[in-house]
Amino acid sequence: MSLWRDHLAEYYAPKNFNFWYYFGSLAMFVLVLQIVTGIFLTMHYKPDAAQAFVSVEYIMRDVPGGWLIRYLHSTGASAFFIVVYLHMFRGLLYGSYRKPRELVWIIGMLIYLCLMAEAFFGYLLPWGQMSYWGAQVIVNLFDAIPWVGPTLAIWIRGDYVVADATLNRFFSFHVIAIPLLLLGLVVAHIMALHEVGSNNPDGVEIKKVTDPKTGHPVDGIPFHPYYTVKDTLGVVAFLIVFTVILFFMPEFGGYFLEYNNFIPADPLKTPSHIAPVWYFTPYYSILRAVTEDFMIYLALGVAAYAALIGWTVGNLRMRAATAVVGAALIFFMKGPEGIALDPKVWGVALMGVGTSIFFLLPWLDRSPVKSIRYKGPITKAALALFVTAFIVLGYLGTLSVTEGRTLTAQVFTFIYFAFFLLMPWYTRADKTRPEPERVTG
Amino acid sequence: MADKELDQGKRRFLVAATSVAGGLAGAATAVPFVASMLPSERAKAAGAPVEADIGNLAPGEMTRVEWRGKPVWVVRRTPEMLETVKENDGKVADPRSERNKELTPEYARNEFRSIKPEYLVVVGICTHLGCSPVDKLKAQPEAFASDWKGGFYCPCHGSLFDLAGRVYKNKPAPDNLAVPPHSYLSDSRILIGVDQKGA
Repeated sequence: MSLWRDHLAEYYAPKNFNFWYYFGSLAMFVLVLQIVTGIFLTMHYKPDAAQAFVSVEYIMRDVPGGWLIRYLHSTGASAFFIVVYLHMFRGLLYGSYRKPRELVWIIGMLIYLCLMAEAFFGYLLPWGQMSYWGAQVIVNLFDAIPWVGPTLAIWIRGDYVVADATLNRFFSFHVIAIPLLLLGLVVAHIMALHEVGSNNPDGVEIKKVTDPKTGHPVDGIPFHPYYTVKDTLGVVAFLIVFTVILFFMPEFGGYFLEYNNFIPADPLKTPSHIAPVWYFTPYYSILRAVTEDFMIYLALGVAAYAALIGWTVGNLRMRAATAVVGAALIFFMKGPEGIALDPKVWGVALMGVGTSIFFLLPWLDRSPVKSIRYKGPITKAALALFVTAFIVLGYLGTLSVTEGRTLTAQVFTFIYFAFFLLMPWYTRADKTRPEPERVTG
Repeated sequence: MADKELDQGKRRFLVAATSVAGGLAGAATAVPFVASMLPSERAKAAGAPVEADIGNLAPGEMTRVEWRGKPVWVVRRTPEMLETVKENDGKVADPRSERNKELTPEYARNEFRSIKPEYLVVVGICTHLGCSPVDKLKAQPEAFASDWKGGFYCPCHGSLFDLAGRVYKNKPAPDNLAVPPHSYLSDSRILIGVDQKGA
């Protein structure tokens, strides 16, 4: 009963939630959908290199309603990422990562990383061409790590190439290890949120103004029944779109289920065009953007950034640390032969930093206000540029490489990182409007 | 007991000692689990050498052989093809295969990267992230290079290799395609997985 009271009936949420606030509960809904459909798929699927592909086709053709459960699961995977990306964008819009919600944001980011791992492990299971070669490429990313890389890659695969052992362990990760972690993190995410209370589109704290009689925030309303009903409407609207895709275009033009994955895995032949599923493509683009020619610009970028810190930060210790770290980075990027690391290593590093740099947002944003409503034109432009970069990189990641596309990806890679790295400066320099005392409805 | 003074130093020591012992036991317990994920004895045993018959290979053609789960390509190069390899020395990143010596056995560390210039034997796995490049053996304009001389194109990240499996400059792949240990049993049969003796 106390659980019910604390998290639903007497959890006071701001009364001004808008459209963007549907996606948290939708993410939970999709999580349940994935777990339930996953349980039923596991009843028929065989995690064996000789049988996996056939067992998926068996589910699609012979298991009663199997096609529906499989398509629910595969469409659900893409839906999960759409919902989560919109949920994260909401955080960017309204500064939901800002103090006192740093922990909520960090746990959320851990969920995001787990979700990527979950999707990656799951994608190998149908044992199609894309499954196989996608896993081959991603596991080989670890191979790039200096010194320990090759051993680590073999340890992950359990063989010298992606093979039966790899499939079997990815199955284990996909159905039990990561889902357990995910569930735990989701519980922690909500507990951390309910401890401090939800943010809202105005970015002001509703706990500041409370009713003296009840002690509840004046601008808060109980989650149940108000938001449970509102979120149910969100689920209905979501399901309308979801089922249209599910029944009429479950492959979604090759974006949700890639055509090459309907060909059984062939370790001797890479498909002529390979790309990860759409939700990984922005990072994949960043990986591909790092070429030998790009290294000099990367080194120059690091030098410029170090100079910016040195020029604007008075703290001597900070300056010294920046100089040391900057010099070391440049040394390993463009240093003498034998010491400079391969562009491949930097590509992998940049991709890793690209996925996890979101963790730093609570400390990068120095604006006096939280919400985009009161932020100034520079911040708004920066956010718009970042979203553009994310989409352009994502689109480029689905295409094959040409010189022009690589150059475009390199430019947008710079924009992607500049959004985060320059944030402490432009958020402080920007002209903001004063926040209201209470939410504006 | 209750009236005895607490010995803080002793307590700290016991807590630290217990934590260290517990931590060590935990780490030791993790060892068999981590080790269980390494390649099994069966996986290790599967790396036997394979024989390939290359007698039927026409000039300018290639064939694929599976060795340790990886594709191995054998290309029979025409004199014109070998000529393009010579011309390419300036365009490839590591013409003499000196960067990473493990990838090219001693007997193949030459311009054509082979024991006999006519036959190229390489592992068809890109040194970037492990895709298998596509053979584009003919010299003709391609989408990825308008003055293509023939070689291999990796569809994953656009690395290009010439007809000696050497990577072109400024491509994501750091190294030339690996030459597997191999030897000639006769003029038309090669053994992949066993080094050429006395070469």
